[in-house]
Amino acid sequence: MSKVVLTLGDDVSTDVIYPGRYMATVLPTETPQFAFADDAEFNAKLTAKHVPPGSVVVAGKNFGCGSSREQAVSTLNGHELMIVAKGFARIFLQNAVNLGLRLVEAPEIEAAEGEELEIAADAVVNTTTGKRFRRLPLPPARAAIVAAGGLIPYTRKRLLEGTRA
Amino acid sequence: MGKTVVEKILARAAGRGAVTAGDVVEPAADLAMSHENAALVINQFLEIYQGTGLEPRIWDPSKVAIIFDHRVPAESPKTATNQKKVREFVRANGITKFHDIRGDLGGICHQVLPENGYVRPGAVVLGTDSHTTSHGALGAFAFGIGATEMASVWALGIALNVEVPGTIKVIVRGHLRRMVGPKDVILHLVGRLTAEGANFKVLEFHGDTIDAMPTSGRLVLCNMSVEAGATSGIVPADDETLRYLREEAHVEDVLHPVRPDADAVYERMVEIDATALEPQVACPHAVDNVHSIGDVEGTRVHQIVIGSCTNGRLDDLELAAGILRGHKVAEGVRMLVFPASGRIYTQALLKGYIADFVQAGAVVMNPGCGPCLGVHEGALGDGEVALSTTNRNFKGRMGNPKSEVYLCSPAVAAASALTGTISDPRHVMAEIGAAR
Repeated sequence: MSKVVLTLGDDVSTDVIYPGRYMATVLPTETPQFAFADDAEFNAKLTAKHVPPGSVVVAGKNFGCGSSREQAVSTLNGHELMIVAKGFARIFLQNAVNLGLRLVEAPEIEAAEGEELEIAADAVVNTTTGKRFRRLPLPPARAAIVAAGGLIPYTRKRLLEGTRA
Repeated sequence: MGKTVVEKILARAAGRGAVTAGDVVEPAADLAMSHENAALVINQFLEIYQGTGLEPRIWDPSKVAIIFDHRVPAESPKTATNQKKVREFVRANGITKFHDIRGDLGGICHQVLPENGYVRPGAVVLGTDSHTTSHGALGAFAFGIGATEMASVWALGIALNVEVPGTIKVIVRGHLRRMVGPKDVILHLVGRLTAEGANFKVLEFHGDTIDAMPTSGRLVLCNMSVEAGATSGIVPADDETLRYLREEAHVEDVLHPVRPDADAVYERMVEIDATALEPQVACPHAVDNVHSIGDVEGTRVHQIVIGSCTNGRLDDLELAAGILRGHKVAEGVRMLVFPASGRIYTQALLKGYIADFVQAGAVVMNPGCGPCLGVHEGALGDGEVALSTTNRNFKGRMGNPKSEVYLCSPAVAAASALTGTISDPRHVMAEIGAAR
């Protein structure tokens, strides 16, 4: 069971998730402090560790649009957040798969702050409202990266297998 | 069955006879570009080799490009130290397509790559920057990736698990009106498609407006294709592409333009009547919140920005300088100009545009990304409004979530600098003419 700690609308950009002015910071150990930095209240909760690992951010369509900055993923990973959204922007989705951020695509998701979600393989159940929403699978090509534990181990495996242009 | 440009490029790069949208391929990279975030790519690259017993080695250093542009000259010791680390890595690994902080060879990656002839028609270009879509202007398949994926490309020379994107055919027809240009076309298109309308798709541009458009304008279209979510924008290579590469980028090798088949299969088609297009403005805080200029005329602005990978090219500066020449930036308005590269800066100097800007009251900055994404100079105060020729206006984009950013063409930006409010350049030019 995972609690919804923040709800957001459509087209949440990487500038909102991780503002550009902090881009000089790149290390995954350092990026978490700037998660949602322009939402002072939520950022304060995160940095004070008042948001338990596994908590959920629910968003609309096109979450993570904009920049290719990987900080937008590592900053969420640092707080062990899960993102349940109606849809994801391409580069963000790929970065999340590559770095092992937990993403759930549920095109009709409805959930409010404080509600609890149960994530199954093919569905998301809002246990507070009792509503069930379909969950889309990751394309198989990406599933291989997830299965390997992220792009770094997957690339390592391919390198050792002799894959090279 | 006919093929789109991206299907043809990926079939060649993946060593397959033919591929179709939806197939998963592993194309060889022809060019792998990073900017300062190469510092993170290096970390991830070294991490890949951990425990393998293999010596970290870039698959082909001649195909790697690194351009410092996001925070130049460095704004902090942290950035300077990262840049130093990248510089050392570049030297140790024999990376030749490296553009350091220099007045002559430096600039914004999305201008440095084309003007140096690094991008060829039919190439697969990957970049750790979302606006890598720009390079589709030369008929390449160019897309943005994250730092970890780039590390994987450095190690393997291929992009793993790429889905062949479906293609949206965009047809633009007719002569653009006076003071209406490529920026207005792409703002209009993003407004119509919405910010996610082309997510995971390629925009392939066609029509006589595109045929007549110079590469500088095509770069604007492809640059902002990502604002509709597109994986890439592509203008199929033609005579203009070859002219640009020969005359401006001084490329001498044999080139292999890729054209789509007449019966290529597109997911959908979008048509734009260029003759009816007015100057366009994207309003806060979304790039797809696009209006014709009449809807926002008179909005007070505090800062004008002309430049960036979108609109910092010589024809942009020429247009803006022509409007400003002999006039003054309105009181209470700050105007910043940053050319897209050192080469363009030099050309603008020799043609007198820089003097026009400075004499009008603008501040001319060194080429770089700085103000566009709020990382380096040009921050906005609480409640202030910027009008900018850059590509994004997300909340907080220019460094302050309590400010607003409107996006427009260089003509609208220059005209508005004179009035201090968002202004139609055709009206401003008419008034200037009457005053003369």
